[in-house]
Amino acid sequence: MASIGKIARRTFLIGSAAIAGGVAFGVWRYKTPYDNPLESDLAEGEAALTPYVKIDANGVTLITPRADKGQGAYHVQAALIAEELDVDLDQIRVDPGPPDRAYWNTALSAEAADFMSPGEGVMNRLAGGAADAMMKFIGLQITGGSTTVPDGFTKLRQAGASARETLKLAASEQTGTPVAQLTTKSGQVILPDGTALPFTELAAIAATLDPVQDVALRDPSQWRYIGKPMQRLDIVAKSTGTQDYGIDAHVPGMVHATVLLNPAQTGSLRDYDATDALNMRGVKAVLPITGGLGIVADNTWRAFQAAQAIKAEWGPAPFPADMQDHWKRLSDSFTDGAQDSRKRDDGDVEAALTGDVIEAEYRAPYLAHAPLEPISAIVRVDDDAVEVWTGTQIPRFIQANIARITGVDADKVTVHVLMMGGSFGHRLEDEVVKQATEIAMQMKGTPVKLTYSREEDMMHDFPRQIAMARARGKVEGGKVTALDLGIAMPSVMASQMGRQSLSAPGPDSQIVAGAWDQPFAIPNKRVTGYRAEGLAPISSWRSVGASSNGFFYNAALDELIHAAGADPLQERLRLCDDDRARKVLEAVAEMSSWDGPTPSEGKGRGVALTYSFGVHCAEVVEVTNTPDGIRIDTVWTAAEVGTVVDPVNFENLVQGGVIFALGHAMNCEITYTDGVADQWNFDSYPGMRLNQVPQIEIRGLENGDTVHGIGEPPVPPAAPALAGAIFAATGTRLREMPFNKFVDFV
Amino acid sequence: MELTVNGHKHEVDVEDDMPLLWVLRDELKISGVKYGCGIAQCGACTVHIDGEAVRSCQVAAADVWGAVTTIEGLGTPDALHAVQAAWIEHQVAQCGYCQSGQIMQAASLLAENPAPSDADIDDAMSGNLCRCGTYSRIRAAVKTAAKNLQEA
Repeated sequence: MASIGKIARRTFLIGSAAIAGGVAFGVWRYKTPYDNPLESDLAEGEAALTPYVKIDANGVTLITPRADKGQGAYHVQAALIAEELDVDLDQIRVDPGPPDRAYWNTALSAEAADFMSPGEGVMNRLAGGAADAMMKFIGLQITGGSTTVPDGFTKLRQAGASARETLKLAASEQTGTPVAQLTTKSGQVILPDGTALPFTELAAIAATLDPVQDVALRDPSQWRYIGKPMQRLDIVAKSTGTQDYGIDAHVPGMVHATVLLNPAQTGSLRDYDATDALNMRGVKAVLPITGGLGIVADNTWRAFQAAQAIKAEWGPAPFPADMQDHWKRLSDSFTDGAQDSRKRDDGDVEAALTGDVIEAEYRAPYLAHAPLEPISAIVRVDDDAVEVWTGTQIPRFIQANIARITGVDADKVTVHVLMMGGSFGHRLEDEVVKQATEIAMQMKGTPVKLTYSREEDMMHDFPRQIAMARARGKVEGGKVTALDLGIAMPSVMASQMGRQSLSAPGPDSQIVAGAWDQPFAIPNKRVTGYRAEGLAPISSWRSVGASSNGFFYNAALDELIHAAGADPLQERLRLCDDDRARKVLEAVAEMSSWDGPTPSEGKGRGVALTYSFGVHCAEVVEVTNTPDGIRIDTVWTAAEVGTVVDPVNFENLVQGGVIFALGHAMNCEITYTDGVADQWNFDSYPGMRLNQVPQIEIRGLENGDTVHGIGEPPVPPAAPALAGAIFAATGTRLREMPFNKFVDFV
Repeated sequence: MELTVNGHKHEVDVEDDMPLLWVLRDELKISGVKYGCGIAQCGACTVHIDGEAVRSCQVAAADVWGAVTTIEGLGTPDALHAVQAAWIEHQVAQCGYCQSGQIMQAASLLAENPAPSDADIDDAMSGNLCRCGTYSRIRAAVKTAAKNLQEA
């Protein structure tokens, strides 16, 4: 093993450790001279290993700490390791690994830098970026923000490369053949005479060697996996019903539970009568928990039925009862006192906005995440240990929360991260685990499987933010010359972090995300964020702030371009001040053979570009105005991601992102009446179904020098491109989502 | 009561009105069939009864009128049904949670209509929700499966 003195100056260093019958390779974390909280549980000079590769007699296991909610994360992470390790993807197993602070997500902290601004005690003591340190401090083994690929792109390949070279060194020691004469292939070291030594047989020797460091990563021209179409590791299981998800997990002796929560999100339980429920077949208990009741039975359906038989009296919602007051809180927030940020103030907006000023107001509703798998968790509480099985993006938070609820030490809380049937941000929350824990504490030693009904899941989702924008602008000489955009919304970071007992000091960059940093050089441009208080609790929804702001910014820009008499795509190109963004716009122009917003009678086209999560993504939407309503015919999408790691998954994620965005922009909203969500199931919240799905052409551009994820960037530009197309086809300007309040879709 | 599922007879002791979905999942531990909505709005629970696609969340246990086939009985990783093979070829799944239901619906469609038009596919498959938005690949996979079944 490497000594600590040798490694102290490195960014990260590959280490190894002997395990039963083999070796593990990974990244060392170590105690350093400054106070790095990541290592606070280590004594000076001690080190701990975060394994990414484990090799023993049973084979090669790749550790993929970013959770898989359907985006192919396990597959991509495994491919990055395998690219350098020289194993075939059908030779390996993947394991999401245990929750561990060392699996911190460096890419997400860069995105979150603004809301975690310095100023709080512990962070001021830290060298380096405050937000980065904060992320280490709370140990965010988080999957989110399209960060899986950027976070792992170098780290995972380096782990694979060092493991490969160390295995060659082991083969050299065993056979006396110089390392330079050894090659590797398909999980084996190959000797000059063709003899193949399996990695599994070299593992024990490798464990005794100093891991080989600073191995040059392979040139992209040598890549076998990255950039090539690959068969996803989970594709056979997911096509044969043999993929188990969290909701399918079974622990011996478990009982089936559900919850009946105050229909008004986060409201209290005042009184209840469970007499009828307790007399129903299979019902074992009705137990009070925070905000409602846990119903325990011997079958999920029996628990659901019993929940319906309970009479309960509930407290009021701790937010406005009706939508009129939600919108009023937003419209009342455009004040100096509620200003959260003004990250953009170019030229002289006040001076420019005189004379014929164009003004408009835009709205975006609350939206549910509604992944198709309802949330669930199994929890068993014992006197001195807790075990959890659940699909989650935040295993470290779950450990901490269960420790707080039960009094059991966090390191005695075992979290098994299971495959997720979608998330879109839903599984960045852990209420279901907290509730299962509260139930399990009342029946110690029994594993409690808590499954939400669809209705409980949708009513008690923490939705996407509601938001409102006000735009003022000016055009002169056929050009857009001024845009003043104010955006009011509640702070998603304050709401989400608040549920984790964390403060989010400073401005929330999500309030202006997808708007303040767009690549258009309008001479007078100002973007101001306003924080609305007292609204319904909210959470991160696929593309977060940009999901509403991409619409606001592009819709306002479209109105100004129209007033200027310019072409929506050509004027965006003229204003564009970023080469990568320009190439993305040029790509969709070429793909769609762009020739103006009205290609023929009855058809309309719109275009939008949003820069979010480090990615410029542009979309052109074409619609036909039929006698029965608007039909979306084709969407052309281009995105600049630096490197497309897996072209198949890339296409699937971009197409899915476009469909997700269009379906919600057209058909979905969450509204509240008397503090209760009006939408409980997919009959009133349909998303998009197959009959509405357009042709979707995609192109990934690889001009940047970094690598970006693609889960979220296709979402923000879809709604404004659709609104632009509908305007071109019908003359109707849509300023509020969902659009089906104003036009019919076929 | 007695149920035949994937060729095996099972004796179950459940309420007459327990939906087939929950008999399969919680009593028989057959988990390829999924719960998504409980009100026939998502199609994740689609199974075949005597070859016909039905929403198992809407079929009471006492009303099951024939042999039940779930995704596990349609084909296995070692012996794929043509629809499953097409789903793998096109790498349809993202999260995959809806795909059991999508595949069972598509298999039923192709059994009735070996050469469906685009409109036929839209009509038959629009009751099956996919929140990840894999619809473009679903369309392509149904066409590939139809072609392969016709050539078989």
